[in-house]
Amino acid sequence: MIRVQENDFDVGLELKKLTANNHSIGGVASFLGLVRDIASEENITAMTLEHYPGMTEKLLSEIEQEAHQRWDLDASLIIHRYGRMEPGEQIVLVVTCSKHRKDAFESCEFLMDYLKTKAPFWKLEETSKGGKWVDARDSDDDAATRWLKG
Amino acid sequence: MKILYFAWLRTSIGKSTEEITPPAEVKTIGDLLDWLPSLGVNYSTALEKRDLLRVAVNQEYAELDHTINAGDEIALFPPVTGG
Repeated sequence: MIRVQENDFDVGLELKKLTANNHSIGGVASFLGLVRDIASEENITAMTLEHYPGMTEKLLSEIEQEAHQRWDLDASLIIHRYGRMEPGEQIVLVVTCSKHRKDAFESCEFLMDYLKTKAPFWKLEETSKGGKWVDARDSDDDAATRWLKG
Repeated sequence: MKILYFAWLRTSIGKSTEEITPPAEVKTIGDLLDWLPSLGVNYSTALEKRDLLRVAVNQEYAELDHTINAGDEIALFPPVTGG
């Protein structure tokens, strides 16, 4: 399941809903991304996430499907927010549920790595000097590349 | 065709979307990126760094040799930075 939304989310509630009435699930892995208050040695007062409505949902669904093909998953959830957020706020949640922990851990990491390099989101950081678009990082590309099948 | 701009491409070009009618010889994404700068200095400046451009055609990533058609939705944007 994927959701792209402006509003915040309740992690506990989402985990409960995802695992409810599915007792084949033995392990749940999750990643929660937060807005940091510092980047490139500058204090960040807020961050605005822009996205490409339509393509975002399509891409997140595609990478979720790929995770289900590659790992034995019983359920999964990706929530990504857009709009203006302040330091400490939740940006993204990825949850994977499986019978065994290895599939849950690995697929959760795969989803985050792919999401960061493929999903059409862009961060604009607000600092005391004004707004600055965040540059993509090579390390994120490297993280995604290691999941490519040889 | 409809064209969309995101992030600093949007602010640099000064609009988020527009309808364009490129000449008949513009057949691929590469041709389009060669032609767009003729629309003004805001376009030529924004599109200067080719390696910082990503392109989607009908909401799927596309390469420079991808053929474009009149009804396509084309999006130009910088490398993504979500998550």
